[in-house]
Amino acid sequence: MIWVDTLTQGILLGGLYALFAAGLSLVFGIMRLVNLAHGDFIVMAAYLILLLVTLLGLSPFLAAAIAAPLMYGVGWGLQKHLLNRTLGNDILPPLLVTFGLSIALQNALLEAFSADSQRLPTGAISTASIDMGGLTLGVLPLLTFGSAVAVIVGLNQLFYRTELGRAFRATSDDATTASLMGIRPSNIFAKATAIAMLVVTLAALYLGMRSNFDPSIGPARLIYAFQAVIIGGLGSLWGTLVGGIIIGLAQTVGAAINPEWQILAGHVAFLIVLMLRPRGLFPRAVD
Amino acid sequence: MSLLNTQRLTAHYGDFQALFGVDIALNQGETIAIIGANGAGKTTLMRSLSGVLKNDPDMITLEGRRIGGMSADEVLPLGLAMVPEGRCLFPSLSVEENLLIGAYGRKVEGYWSLATIYDLFPILAERRNNPGTALSGGQQQMVAIGRALMSNPKVLLCDEISLGLAPVVIKDIYAAVPKIQESGASLIVVEQDIGQAMKVADRVYCMMEGQVTLEGTPDNLSRDDIHAAYFGVSA
Amino acid sequence: MHTHTPSTPYFVTTQTRASQITMMLAVALIAVLIILPFFAGRVLIQDMFFILTMLVLAQFWNLLAGYGGMVSIGQQAFVGMGAYAMFGGVILAGIDPIPAILLGGLASLIVAVPTAFFAFRLQGPYFAIGTWVIAEVMRLVMAQVKALGGGTGTSLPRSATREMWATEWIAELFDVRNSAARDILTYWLALALAVATIIAIYALLRSKPGLALSAVRDNPEAAKSVGVDAGRMKWFVFLTSAFGTGLAGALIYVQKARISPDAAFSVTDWTAYVLFIVIIGGIGTIEGPIIGVIIFFLLQSLLADYGSWYLFTLGIIGIVVMLFAPRGLWGLITEKTGIQLFPIRRRLSGGPLDTSKY
Repeated sequence: MIWVDTLTQGILLGGLYALFAAGLSLVFGIMRLVNLAHGDFIVMAAYLILLLVTLLGLSPFLAAAIAAPLMYGVGWGLQKHLLNRTLGNDILPPLLVTFGLSIALQNALLEAFSADSQRLPTGAISTASIDMGGLTLGVLPLLTFGSAVAVIVGLNQLFYRTELGRAFRATSDDATTASLMGIRPSNIFAKATAIAMLVVTLAALYLGMRSNFDPSIGPARLIYAFQAVIIGGLGSLWGTLVGGIIIGLAQTVGAAINPEWQILAGHVAFLIVLMLRPRGLFPRAVD
Repeated sequence: MSLLNTQRLTAHYGDFQALFGVDIALNQGETIAIIGANGAGKTTLMRSLSGVLKNDPDMITLEGRRIGGMSADEVLPLGLAMVPEGRCLFPSLSVEENLLIGAYGRKVEGYWSLATIYDLFPILAERRNNPGTALSGGQQQMVAIGRALMSNPKVLLCDEISLGLAPVVIKDIYAAVPKIQESGASLIVVEQDIGQAMKVADRVYCMMEGQVTLEGTPDNLSRDDIHAAYFGVSA
Repeated sequence: MHTHTPSTPYFVTTQTRASQITMMLAVALIAVLIILPFFAGRVLIQDMFFILTMLVLAQFWNLLAGYGGMVSIGQQAFVGMGAYAMFGGVILAGIDPIPAILLGGLASLIVAVPTAFFAFRLQGPYFAIGTWVIAEVMRLVMAQVKALGGGTGTSLPRSATREMWATEWIAELFDVRNSAARDILTYWLALALAVATIIAIYALLRSKPGLALSAVRDNPEAAKSVGVDAGRMKWFVFLTSAFGTGLAGALIYVQKARISPDAAFSVTDWTAYVLFIVIIGGIGTIEGPIIGVIIFFLLQSLLADYGSWYLFTLGIIGIVVMLFAPRGLWGLITEKTGIQLFPIRRRLSGGPLDTSKY
């Protein structure tokens, strides 16, 4: 029974990792850009929520709702004024600019908020649980997982059912021809990064409610997100959820055997998948 | 004043100059054809007109408005759409989505809509849910034309729409041109097939080495004139 | 300009006048650096050790990313493995630390094989993060090796450092204490490693495989069509870079004499700084890292007291340089002056079409 519990915890943890990864997956799918500061933006959003909670005395959920449009603006400006200038055939500029951004952001957060760990105040919800046939499931992990599924359903709807989604796909296929349709690729890219930042805010909310955070934890979140994306297969949002679950499961099982093995077990699971299925579990047919 | 004008239009790809002072005019309701050998600058002219290549603002005017310095996404809302060479359908989009994206972000008043384009090319209605790139070359060309029409342009640029297609298919494609003309659009057609160009055009420009070497109506241009303008040798 | 008759012979050269002057100056500079310990204080020697070892790391990252097109952010894997293998040789096998440095290079070379096996399955930006993950795996694994101090780390035994090769001789020669003699020894080794690295990379780039490397970076498809085996070149460059980085890592930790997984596998110390050096100096040139490391050292001396603001500034400078001068300072200098100290391009002169004016 303890194993069933461990596995369930692992799957639910995967929901959090899928939330970390969804924004990364979205942006890569549209403009082949990997933002190495993705994890640091999650941490930044967590501090933004914390700031709103502390200053205005709001609940974390309400604070996240206010932080979301702010982060949307951050994402839009970031892409429009910085990252768009790095796009092109050379992979160096986007990688090195976002790596520089990651270092700058971590240290700016360190300067602003110190290295002390923080946590979002959660009240009763952090300890609440539901009993399901002998299994006790935390409300917060369930809510995280449900949010991850909702985000992926939502992004898929956006991608395949809306005019903006058509523009995303068209621009990703061929930006020059898209501009002949009256689409401005730089604006489309800016919107994509802005939407990714909405998901980042949601990820930050659950990260901050479930565990401690400090300015240095961003790169590790980037790595988990990256592993989920690669395991799932580039461009597949549902694959990203599966990838997140696999990392979550591996970490939880690893930790159950030896607490020091938690992170290592996730990395090993990633390497095994990379060895057996280099293109991930659900690769897109056309690349 | 004509609908669309170029004034001493020049264009460069880096250090390479592709156009040397091209002057053309398109009048309201008119169809003109641009003919010329490979490398004459026809596609460069189309890319300049559509905003894919940016030029000096004064070099191109649409309804008196200087558009030479605008990008493609700024030119399109002013009423100038292009069917690009090689069709360039979006592989991730279905046929219908390819058409819909032609009217991206705007409510367009005008004759052309999904329904009228399916009237024009009924086969597309049957294939509406297929990926655009799963179609035959001729059908893909129909999608590309329909996609450009969806914005109800005042000026439609057609770059090499018969390229690589079988003669019978070319006939089908060109059968649509009169209906497009009736809808009120003015056309610039780039063609390597001189006979086809003469059939649809009110006036013809012939280009060679980045310049216009001949202009006239199909009736008053002799084969020898065209030959000379095309290949740069006097007959 | 000369006028040429068709019978004028061709000359293929890579030398320029600047490169000949550079050669002479370089020899003089190296001579000065060799005798530096005779008149420099211990602090300067330690600073020079830092500059030279960072230069080695930067040259190897530049070889990998600037010439090989493989943007790794996991070079700390090879610094750490090199350092740990050296510690292992000393602590577990009783080898003298100096020969154990070679063990460090070898260990990095060996772990580079599985690393490349995994990382080469990832393209572009994902290759970068993939190398980072593998470095993390190595850090976590080394933290489990209790014999080398586990997660908290360990120090080189006093006996090993005191009796290290040649330190006694240096201590007598300079009449200094054992610890200062160790600094001089490691400084000389760092100097030798830096000079050997630059000569080796320059020789590689001027050789036929080196030209093939540039071809692969610029256009893998075209390179394949003229018979360049891109896969083999990638392996060769990756392994070479790992070996050199491992040697540097082992040497750095002989001097530090204390190791922990977090420090030896630090992404900031061994990759972020190195990236900064190469970017600001000029990626894809041998001169770039040399200029970059000097600027980096000056910035660090000026700003290191400001802690996180210092790192923040480095990040911002890196972004600005990448956006506005992507070829770095050396790129700006060559653009203005046309000077090349380490010319690689082969120029054709003489003959009916003199291309030297280009």
